[in-house]
Amino acid sequence: MTTQTTPLWEVFIRPRNGLAHRHCGSLHAADAEMALQAARDVYTRRGEGTSIWVVPSAEITASDPKDKDALFEPTAEKIYRHPTFYDIPDEVGHM
Amino acid sequence: MKEELFELLLRLADDQLVLGHRVSEWCGHAPTLEEDLALPNIALDLIGQARSLYTYAGEIEGKGRDEDQLAYLRLEHDYHNLLLVERPNGDFAQTILRQLYFSVFMHAWWREATKSKDETLAAIAAKAVKEAIYHVRHAAEWTIRLGDGTEESARRMADAVNELYRFTGELFETDEVTDKLAAAGIVPDPASLRDEWDRTIAEIFAEAQLEMPDPETWQHKGGRKGVHGEEMGFLLADLQYMQRAYPGMTW
Repeated sequence: MTTQTTPLWEVFIRPRNGLAHRHCGSLHAADAEMALQAARDVYTRRGEGTSIWVVPSAEITASDPKDKDALFEPTAEKIYRHPTFYDIPDEVGHM
Repeated sequence: MKEELFELLLRLADDQLVLGHRVSEWCGHAPTLEEDLALPNIALDLIGQARSLYTYAGEIEGKGRDEDQLAYLRLEHDYHNLLLVERPNGDFAQTILRQLYFSVFMHAWWREATKSKDETLAAIAAKAVKEAIYHVRHAAEWTIRLGDGTEESARRMADAVNELYRFTGELFETDEVTDKLAAAGIVPDPASLRDEWDRTIAEIFAEAQLEMPDPETWQHKGGRKGVHGEEMGFLLADLQYMQRAYPGMTW
């Protein structure tokens, strides 16, 4: 099977106890319906999922690894964005 | 009635076990990694159904035979599975089509069996029907894509349609066993599922650009009486080897 007839798809599974779909891998399939089926068979064999998304890998726009410094370096020194300086009252519970 | 119920459970269990074994032969040999997981998934569903059915059959028989003894320690003639399920895997098209023919039937059968007056059978059916829905979906989607695919896939699919159609008549066969149990509301009458099967297969074939086979095609029979094709002996040799060589072994 060539990648032309069975392009690559990215698979996102919503775990049993999780709220958001998480990327869990990729697979080859002829179209969206077959990709969903294959995702079920490949990635939910141990009862992991309650919902599946499949997205053509070609449709994903990714950041360039070369831009890593420009994109992510500037946040390194902004430690005040991590709200670790505050005491959270017990009544608030889990945040 | 006990005797008939035992016979019917055995037939049903043999169908699932033998097809489960056939499908499991793809493990490690499927055309893609995705199918190498999908096909054994289906095989495991079928073998799981067979286990429940053999266990229940053993209870009904009341002679102390458990699932392993029924699955592994009978002779070829004592297996009453459909000839369709023992057909060799052939190419991928034949495997898919065999599954389609069988699963479309079993989906309807299990669905009706959830209303069985026999509570244990109804419970087994409630679990199995969900698995059967997926088996139909998997086989149907592949049938459509291969039938309406490349020149080669269409040709292989059309060959499979004709190769296997002559083994489908047995699905709807009735005899004293099915008649008695159907009249008592314990199992569906297989003949009553024919129209739905014809309709579903016709819909899928229409989408797959496949021609329906001639309904007058001569049909093979004998599975329910233990008269098998020559491939069955090889299948059983493979299936039974461990229990025959090391009786009573577990792991």
